[in-house]
Amino acid sequence: MRYLPLVWASLFHKKTRLILTLLSLTAAFMLFGLLQAVSVLFSSGADFVGANRLITQARVSFTQPLPLALLPRIEAIPGVARVAYSQFFGGIYIEERNFFPQFAVDPERLLDAYPEWVLPDDQRQAFISTKTGAIVGRKLVEKYGFKIGDKIPLKSFIFTKKDGTRAWEWEVVGIFDGKDEDWAGRSNLMYLNYGHFDEARQFGQGGAGVYIIRVADPNESERIANEVDRQFENSPDETKTQTEKDWNLSFARQIGDIGLIVTAILGAVFFTILLVTGNTMSQAVRERIPEFAVLKTLGFSDGKVTALVLAEAFALCLIGGLIGMTLAVGAAKVVSGLLNGSPVVVQPVVWIQAFATMVGLAVAVGIFPALRARRLQIVDALAGR
Amino acid sequence: MTTALVSIRGVSKRYTRGKQTVEVLSHLDLDIASGDFLALMGPSGSGKTTLLNLIGGLDQPSGGEIRVNDQRIDTLSSGALARWRARHVGFVFQFYNLLPVLSAEANVELPLLLTDLSKAQRKKNVAAALAVVGLSDRATHKPNELSGGQQQRVAIARALVGDPTLLVCDEPTGDLDRKTADEVLTLLQDLNRNYGKTIIMVTHDAKAAEFATHRLQMDKGALVAGEAA
Repeated sequence: MRYLPLVWASLFHKKTRLILTLLSLTAAFMLFGLLQAVSVLFSSGADFVGANRLITQARVSFTQPLPLALLPRIEAIPGVARVAYSQFFGGIYIEERNFFPQFAVDPERLLDAYPEWVLPDDQRQAFISTKTGAIVGRKLVEKYGFKIGDKIPLKSFIFTKKDGTRAWEWEVVGIFDGKDEDWAGRSNLMYLNYGHFDEARQFGQGGAGVYIIRVADPNESERIANEVDRQFENSPDETKTQTEKDWNLSFARQIGDIGLIVTAILGAVFFTILLVTGNTMSQAVRERIPEFAVLKTLGFSDGKVTALVLAEAFALCLIGGLIGMTLAVGAAKVVSGLLNGSPVVVQPVVWIQAFATMVGLAVAVGIFPALRARRLQIVDALAGR
Repeated sequence: MTTALVSIRGVSKRYTRGKQTVEVLSHLDLDIASGDFLALMGPSGSGKTTLLNLIGGLDQPSGGEIRVNDQRIDTLSSGALARWRARHVGFVFQFYNLLPVLSAEANVELPLLLTDLSKAQRKKNVAAALAVVGLSDRATHKPNELSGGQQQRVAIARALVGDPTLLVCDEPTGDLDRKTADEVLTLLQDLNRNYGKTIIMVTHDAKAAEFATHRLQMDKGALVAGEAA
């Protein structure tokens, strides 16, 4: 501890360089914290704890529809409170850049399965009774100015109508909101009445992309998920049932091996940081060779001088690392919102990894300058040789 | 009769630069009494700084024997020599060699970091050393906020703070104007006379040497003349 003021003061030898290096380290560790948190989320196994909604899709792929004939068998499983079904519509509103998700659903079932959506009763009834009806989320209303009674043209890139066109028209009969801020943030989607959709489409009648199962007791989720999949085992329509959270994440997993991508990005980032910080430390020591010679003259041993340089490298990495990781915690909250509520949290394991990285980086960037300071000959260094 | 604090017998120092070996000191014998203020003089390249470095334990001789306070220092390992320097020698350099990022008091405290003294005791000793050199009011100033003379006084306080056996000064006034140089030399003289400090000073300056109690002339690695004060 008695050497701390000396180490601290040495860090400020060149303030501008210190600030720039700290900014680099901060950015690197913010990226580290955030990406590792995302990676931990994506690499975590199935987690049924607290899950009150399950999603069942075809075992092969979510693009493979499941027949609606499965519905009564799923409903019959003890513990299932309500079952809805949903088909991704894939519609473009006027221009391609105006894409937002739309799902064809059975209105009653969908609204029962998602009590988080708030919709006035008369609009709910209108959605149920209007075959070409649709409800839009509050965020879409804010973005596109939709209002009840509007006819919204959508061009589906998946479904052709029986008349051979892809131009669909849906009437806005309701505007739904989220029950809280979190759900309000997710209301950038649109639900279409399945009845008209199924009648009018050219192919795929009587099928849906996924089943949404609301369970009565979240503690029963894992059992129910296993039971659903067991029911359809070895049938033409084998299923895969997972929690809603895991299902959402599985979309992102399709991008590729998230862990590998994260590792590759962080590898590149830390290689650059290694060079930047290594250069800073080398320069800092090279410029202060006479100062280290003075310390040795005063009686500081080779070991103490080595330790001082390493401590300086450690302090540098620790400060940059801690600021970066703190910013990562804030950034993780923003990313959580973008992932529709999947909690991206900088968990203790990520903090431990970050701390280990700070120590490793400090040793890597500090060891060679430290050895240089250790080996310097006092007489030569004082004489500027 | 004074006892010899520093005893040098048959000391040689050779440097190898590329293929050339240069003998800087050649079989030198010298005794320096405790309480002496010795000025080592001579032209550039005469070997006076090399001799000073050997006495201060900054370098090892190629041959011969060096004793300080009856302890052989030419056989000590690098680590043991570092510990010996910390306990027994205070250094003053021509260009002060203060750490620019530290305040005057933090610079003076540096040698005490190697001792077992508590923080409070270190603070007390630092204050005392700064008071001796007349810079109590500049304790928190950084070197770049001090004049050359003040910086050298801080360096002297740093050399003194550990109460060393001897003070080793390499051209301590070489970077100062005459008036400031005389103030620094008066301070060294005061430390020698009133605090009993043994001082060995290398200087080119004949006027500076007049402050010493004893002067030695060197040339081509050998002592060529001595004069009692």
